Amino acid sequence: MDFDLTEEQRLLKDSIDGLLADAYDFDKRKLYMKEKGGWSQAMWSKLAEQGLLGLPFSEDDGGFGAGGVETMIVMEAMGRALVLEPYLATVVLSGGFLRHGASAAQKAAHLPGIIDGSKTFAFAQLEKQSRYDLFDVATSAKKKGDGYVIDGEKFVVLNGENADTLIVTARTSGGQRDKSSIGVFIVPADAKGVTRKGYPTQDGLHAADITFTGVEVGADAVIGDPAHGLPLIERVVDEARIALCAEAVGLMDESLKTTVEYIKTRKQFGVAIGSFQSLQHRASDMFVALEQARSMSMFATMAAEFDDAKERATSVAAAKVQIGKSGKYVGQQAIQLHGGIGMTMETKIGHYFKRLTMIETTFGDTDYHMRRVSEAGGLI
Amino acid sequence: MDLAFTKEEQAFREEVRAFFKDNVPPETRRKMVEGRHLSKDEMVTWWRILNKKGWGVSHWPKEYGGTGWSSVQHYIFNEELQAYPAPQPLAFGVSMVGPVIYTFGNEEQKKKYLPRIANVDDWWCQGFSEPGSGSDLASLKTKAERRGDKWIINGQKTWTTLAQHADMIFCLCRTDPAAKKQMGISFIVFDMKSKGVTVRPIQTIDGGHEVNEVFFDDVEVPIENLIGEENKGWDYAKFLLGNERTGIARVGVSKERIRRIKELAGKIESGGRPVLEDPSFREKLTACEVELKALELTQLRVVADEGKHGKGKPNPASSVLKIKGSEIQQTTTELLMEVIGPFAAPYDVHGDDDSNETMDWTAQIAPSYFNNRKVSIYGGSNEIQRNIIAKAVLGL
Repeated sequence: MDFDLTEEQRLLKDSIDGLLADAYDFDKRKLYMKEKGGWSQAMWSKLAEQGLLGLPFSEDDGGFGAGGVETMIVMEAMGRALVLEPYLATVVLSGGFLRHGASAAQKAAHLPGIIDGSKTFAFAQLEKQSRYDLFDVATSAKKKGDGYVIDGEKFVVLNGENADTLIVTARTSGGQRDKSSIGVFIVPADAKGVTRKGYPTQDGLHAADITFTGVEVGADAVIGDPAHGLPLIERVVDEARIALCAEAVGLMDESLKTTVEYIKTRKQFGVAIGSFQSLQHRASDMFVALEQARSMSMFATMAAEFDDAKERATSVAAAKVQIGKSGKYVGQQAIQLHGGIGMTMETKIGHYFKRLTMIETTFGDTDYHMRRVSEAGGLI
Repeated sequence: MDLAFTKEEQAFREEVRAFFKDNVPPETRRKMVEGRHLSKDEMVTWWRILNKKGWGVSHWPKEYGGTGWSSVQHYIFNEELQAYPAPQPLAFGVSMVGPVIYTFGNEEQKKKYLPRIANVDDWWCQGFSEPGSGSDLASLKTKAERRGDKWIINGQKTWTTLAQHADMIFCLCRTDPAAKKQMGISFIVFDMKSKGVTVRPIQTIDGGHEVNEVFFDDVEVPIENLIGEENKGWDYAKFLLGNERTGIARVGVSKERIRRIKELAGKIESGGRPVLEDPSFREKLTACEVELKALELTQLRVVADEGKHGKGKPNPASSVLKIKGSEIQQTTTELLMEVIGPFAAPYDVHGDDDSNETMDWTAQIAPSYFNNRKVSIYGGSNEIQRNIIAKAVLGL
């Protein structure tokens, strides 16, 4: 049992913290947000230069063969800095599908572009009716010759506006909520029949609603088994949830730090408001919520390696429950302790709150995961 | 970062578990499961079994009878003990006064007291709180005046747990009334059978008798019963209170109780189906399990840290343990209440009198719920814990 980082992991942490401290203050973030698609290509290139985009990929594939702990370090740092760039969509999600399910030829075709920063990806999964059920897929992929024809609509696709390539879930047969017959497809974003409507999301990121109308792809577009894609989807989405947990810990950590700094300096009635016990206790409860969340983020990171897929899924769901609850508490209290200034767009703290809020509803909210943990019989 | 226990640690867990299975008297275990009070004999019998095995004072230095276990081993031992469940060693002797004596006492005191603590030849109780000194402990008024080769002690202590069984007390007494609050306090130990000591029971809302008032009326105590230096008692008290950081989360206790909740909720029906299948009950239970898992991990982080960096600088996360640990314990007793519903009502007068055990197990569930309100009050109330986090961790 060991919770310490290795020497290499510590170096990684220092390097990304250093990079973001220089390149990602709140004012610079506002500028990045105005660039095409809502993030900075120059920043993305910097992440590539530091090797961060190749982190989880095997050395044979041109990456660094890093594990879950490294992703946790990166995501936590990105949370602290409110990073806009599509690391989750490209490296964690799409990269995850390629790592765990793709053929050698598919990896060779797509990974170099991810690793060198020249291409970004998006994962098109959410549908109007699906809410959090990954198996609820109405989008169809009908066999045509060797390939498939994809029809359907996907919503709130993170980085969907900018992505060069889409990873799309689609049903190859069966009913909308059947757990079998779901496939995962690689679709070029500029393929004929793909229409994208991009927009900023509440947290300052960008997403798109995407329509697929008779989009034809070849046999080489299928990742894994088109009749049994769900286990792969569940695995990769679990990794994304784990990454979101780490990002949320970074957000909470910074929210608490910022808030404590603020109440130490903000004076009312002639004293720093942090000298009031009611505020101190709230800050202490934020700390408790943060540490419980940190523990579960670490737990989820380690759970990714569990052999038993069910145990992994339940552990990750439990982590998402804790993160959801802690994130809401820390986010809301951070605003409250800031008072009026916390309500302004100009102040950093509100943006942390907004990102935390959006994380809660990404890939399953607290209630959804609570139910999953219950249905699995709990943790004890 | 690695969650797995080593092979050796796993083997240790098996060894500990097997020992409990073979050696905890079944009746003692049953009472623990049902939340009943144990008699003095039942507790002492078990502790002597534990001490004979060499595990009675496991965390003491080896020279005084400790085991030399790693932090992780201590963690495993405690978790298994709480989860079996079996009574934990008497904290007042083993975790509180023992470490004060071997750290600050003289050789004679060590020889005299330590082996008797380990074997529970003396049952110790704690004389800290007073009627006017709860969270503000340093305001205590019990006086010890030097007269010749004796201390003359006058005053009153309260919330003295199991003082009715006690042979010895360790007591914070004011020895310099002129000094500032914390500066004039000394740490004195003495025989509870001394003339002038009166123990009066306090019945708590669960109907039980765990705590007492203890009165001192011109109690004469030999001068050599002062531990450490005169007027340094506050330092020893702080040392004592800071000693048990990780045990306080009581993760094993809550785990055991959740297993019991599930067992009972699987059997007892409400609306034609087991309570366990009621979605709103289920959600509360799951929420509690998630909090407990997070707490277990937080505790492991603290334990792993102690193993690496020693106990000197506690991991800031350790302040979470008391707050969350007590909240979760309280939630588990609340959930048990929900499981049995109307059958929480029958009253059973318990305490030390086991002859009245005609009621079935349900009779202990409400008392256990009432009794557990104490866990967020004792050991530094949760509000004091929040003050500590605000000051020591957040710098407010």
